[in-house]
Amino acid sequence: MQELREKYLSAVADVTDEAALEEIRLAALGKKGEISLKMRELGKMTPEERQTTGKALNVLKDEIDAALRAKKAALADAALDARLREEWLDVTLPGRPRRQGTIHPVSQVMDEVTAIFADMGFAVAEGPQIEDDWHNFDALNIAPEHPARQEHDTFFMHRDEGDDRPPHVLRTHTSPVQIRAMLEQGAPIRVIAPGRVYRMDMDQTHTPMFHQVEGLAIGRDISMANLKWVLEEFCKAFFEVEGVELRFRASHFPFTEPSAEVDIRCSWEGGSLKIGEGDDWMEILGSGMVHPKVLEAAGIDPNEWQGFAFGIGIDRLAMLKYGIPDLRAFFESDLRWLKHYGFSALDLPTVAGGLSR
Amino acid sequence: MKFTLSWLKDHLETDATVDQIAEALTDLGLEVEEVVNPASKLETFTLAKVQSAEQHPDADRLRVCMVETDEGVKQIVCGAPNARAGITVVLAKPGDYVPGIDVTLSVGNIRGVESHGMMASERELELSDEHNGIIELPSGEVGQKFTDWLAANRPEAVDPVIEIAITPNRPDALGVRGVARDLAARGLGKLKPLEIPAVEGAFDAPVSVTIDPALKDKGCPLFAGRVIRGVKNGPSPEWLQKRLKAIGLRPISTLVDITNYFTYDLNRPLHVFDMKKVAGNLVIKPAEGGEEFLALDEKTYTMRAGDMVICDDNGVESLAGIMGGEASGADEDTVDVFLESAYWDPITIAATGRALKINSDARYRFERGVDPAFTLPGLDLAAKMVVDLCGGEVSNLIKDGAVPDVSRAYRLDPARVISLVGMEIPEATQRETLEALGFTLNGDMATPPTWRPDVLGEADLVEEVARIASLTKLEGKPMARETTGVPGAILTPMQQRERMARRTTAALGYNECVTYSFIDEASARLFGGGADATKLENPISSEMTHMRPDLLPGLLQAAARNQARGFADLALFEVGPAFAGGEPGEQVLQATGLLVGYSAPRDPFGSRRPVDLYDAKADAEAVLAAIGAPARAQINRKLDAWWHPGRAGNMALGPNVLATFGEVHPKVLREMGVKGPAVAFTIRLENIPFPKKKGATRPALEISDLQAVERDFAFVVDAGVEALTAVNAALGADKKLIESVNVFDQFTGPKAEEQMGAGKKSIALSVRMQPADKTLTDAEIEAVSKKIVEKVSKATGGTLRS
Repeated sequence: MQELREKYLSAVADVTDEAALEEIRLAALGKKGEISLKMRELGKMTPEERQTTGKALNVLKDEIDAALRAKKAALADAALDARLREEWLDVTLPGRPRRQGTIHPVSQVMDEVTAIFADMGFAVAEGPQIEDDWHNFDALNIAPEHPARQEHDTFFMHRDEGDDRPPHVLRTHTSPVQIRAMLEQGAPIRVIAPGRVYRMDMDQTHTPMFHQVEGLAIGRDISMANLKWVLEEFCKAFFEVEGVELRFRASHFPFTEPSAEVDIRCSWEGGSLKIGEGDDWMEILGSGMVHPKVLEAAGIDPNEWQGFAFGIGIDRLAMLKYGIPDLRAFFESDLRWLKHYGFSALDLPTVAGGLSR
Repeated sequence: MKFTLSWLKDHLETDATVDQIAEALTDLGLEVEEVVNPASKLETFTLAKVQSAEQHPDADRLRVCMVETDEGVKQIVCGAPNARAGITVVLAKPGDYVPGIDVTLSVGNIRGVESHGMMASERELELSDEHNGIIELPSGEVGQKFTDWLAANRPEAVDPVIEIAITPNRPDALGVRGVARDLAARGLGKLKPLEIPAVEGAFDAPVSVTIDPALKDKGCPLFAGRVIRGVKNGPSPEWLQKRLKAIGLRPISTLVDITNYFTYDLNRPLHVFDMKKVAGNLVIKPAEGGEEFLALDEKTYTMRAGDMVICDDNGVESLAGIMGGEASGADEDTVDVFLESAYWDPITIAATGRALKINSDARYRFERGVDPAFTLPGLDLAAKMVVDLCGGEVSNLIKDGAVPDVSRAYRLDPARVISLVGMEIPEATQRETLEALGFTLNGDMATPPTWRPDVLGEADLVEEVARIASLTKLEGKPMARETTGVPGAILTPMQQRERMARRTTAALGYNECVTYSFIDEASARLFGGGADATKLENPISSEMTHMRPDLLPGLLQAAARNQARGFADLALFEVGPAFAGGEPGEQVLQATGLLVGYSAPRDPFGSRRPVDLYDAKADAEAVLAAIGAPARAQINRKLDAWWHPGRAGNMALGPNVLATFGEVHPKVLREMGVKGPAVAFTIRLENIPFPKKKGATRPALEISDLQAVERDFAFVVDAGVEALTAVNAALGADKKLIESVNVFDQFTGPKAEEQMGAGKKSIALSVRMQPADKTLTDAEIEAVSKKIVEKVSKATGGTLRS
């Protein structure tokens, strides 16, 4: 018995592959294995012998079986270790390529502006970019002979011979959307109108197309002081600073009365712009109280209603906030520019989550 | 508009500094563009006196001077030949910046002798080009500031020049007096009275003036003049020349300088004719058309019929209100002069000036509107100045027409002013403001002064009160939302859709572009545009002549530019308007994506492959899904010409095309200089029906615990058969049981034909069956499979591949 034990346990210990191990198992515990044969002989023994020998054989069988199983697991582990050693890959290789898309700064800033004004109760209005001269000029109190209308910066659409209507224009500002929105909704009304506008100007700082956002608020007692507050809140939120200081300067636009240019306090120290501090003033927008004639043209009684309007350059806001130096590059679609100044698709500006990262 | 401080003070009695004035002007709406203050660079210099000047021990041309300064006696080495004892000089001390030599002084050592500053020449202080010696002042005390001395003795040398921008509504501020009036109203001084002399005609003018009846009502309501005979024209006096030079005008002769002076001083343009060059009488009339006229700018203009001109017997002598003629202009030899003062209609002047492209000070002012009531006083004031400066005597007044009546009155509602501006401005202040600006108040009715043609309603009164009160002082007042509580959504469904399309496309790896709405005609034509209706009458360049009919050409141009810079693989997109026609509203919203080149950069895994139409299709489907388009649209091949006819498709609901995807036509790529392959998708955002709103609730999720069964089928079909035909047929075999059908393989090309016959291919479908109430038996599966084979074979004309 002891001999058998020694024999098989040392065989198990010495074995190096699974096939040999199986042979040992068969030799010991297989149907015709040595231990199994010995088990069969138990029948011929006396009950007493059977009890002691049977017990011993069972212990031996379990012992060999356990050794076989342990060895089998060890061999499997060793085999796996060997395989894993073979399976080395260069983890410094790049991951599989994936394209990274971007949102244009103009779209991003429009979304930012929309988020801020939505919070102040403004909806978003839209209008056509090819506009008739009534909406673009007359309704905005810009008479046919007004210099602004004749200045060379309006793009006119072609008119066929025999079509005697005044030529349509590419809207020179987003202000005609005011008229359309008021005609459609009446008063009270609060809307912004972001979009493309066109002027015949192309040089270092001008492009023949750019973007504006118009703001309009008409109510019973909306004042220029309200306008100032709205713009202050907007600038504070947009530029993400604790406080801003705005300066209203009297000016002139045909569609507002009184009119004001609005400057913002800023600093250009060290070549970078800081809003809300410093000793410089930078003009950022034009605004005023909607002219009674404009209200009348839009079907609103100026004796009952009053309010303000303003217009801001969206591209300019983007340049100021994100430090983009050249307006012309906005429309050149240079991949390097799009990637550098663009925004992530999921970077949707919200009031809750903040406007920029 | 430019003027100097001393000129302003001719009209305004004030102690205000130039900084205070500049700040007030900007705040009043007369935006200061520039203040050039010559004194600012001279602030540090003081007067000193040379006590002694000795020869420098080591330099022939240098002298060592002992100079009495406000800080004691200093030693200064000087090379000027006139440096000598007893003269009063201008001293620059160590630390001072000397503008003419661009140097900040320090204590120097010149050939072994210390020098504590310098004595300056005129050129070194940029006062003149004089550099023969240092400045010697005829008066002044040691320690006195040089700027103070200049102010007292050479005021023009330190007279600040102020330049302001004038908005089109303020013609009155195109004269210095108008600017002064605004400042006086603001409280920055007192407007000095303007005295109009009583001019008695000494003789009858030997010329008459007549306004053509066609012009009297509108173009030229009033034309007046006086002849001044026996004048001596020549250079104008120094003070006048200096003023004109200071604002950038070139002095010409006394007579011409007087007209320019009145233009800028009182916004009263005038014209002078040399009487000996005028033949017969003057007539103001519409041109017949075709007349040639040599103007004072030495250019010849051809009159259009109806242009308003001043003629004599020789023909056109002046382009009324815009520019005088060379032939009848005054010169050095002028002895008798006709001085013209007229009131021209702004609209007529603007139209003529624009048509003939003449810009002049006169046109600029007349088209904005000069004071009609000042036509005659201005004439007399100028006539007096001519006599004062050139001698001679003045004729009686000759005129035709009359001062137009521009009187009108508007109600001043002080409460409305406060409500609109949001500032507490007492009624008394409001009234004072208007009166200071020249308004006449009668009860609550305010009559604007004749020099303010822009005031045309009550709102203009509000503006005047507000701007004089100062908008800088305006304080913001909160404006509550019209609704309380949590604000609702403000974007319209279409606006949300546009935003979703944009952000989804970016998330798919495309870079958003914003390209111009106008493109060149050739590109427009490639994309079904280029018609006259979408043509710009006045394009800014030949690259931007037509409104874009589609977003693709702009993106392809962008791709070509990027390829030229060495970026070959591109994923670009744009969301924006395309223009179907030239009427307002003929504008459609597109979302267009463009893939060019390869799907990926080269990598160790072989990811790189040319982009193909299935990339574009997948992206189009992803965007459509994101914006809630119906899940299943038909695919048709009724393609626009710029798509590859065999490798593109429309996704449509009947005739309504939602989107197009596929390869861009190779010819288009060639024309636009893009190296392919290039695939694209265009989604017509407005064509996609909005889902019927059923609230936010989703339908209940139905999932079965029963095992789904998948079976694969391969069919041999003609090469031209579309997979979708087979898929739809398979789906139709048992609509209840079959959950999905996917194409998982296709086998085409020469090898396939070798196996299956010429013109054949194989399509492999995987069909997933999901039972609802009991597990499928083999017999049931067999029955459905048989039906699938039947349906697909019938629809495609194919057979099950054995």
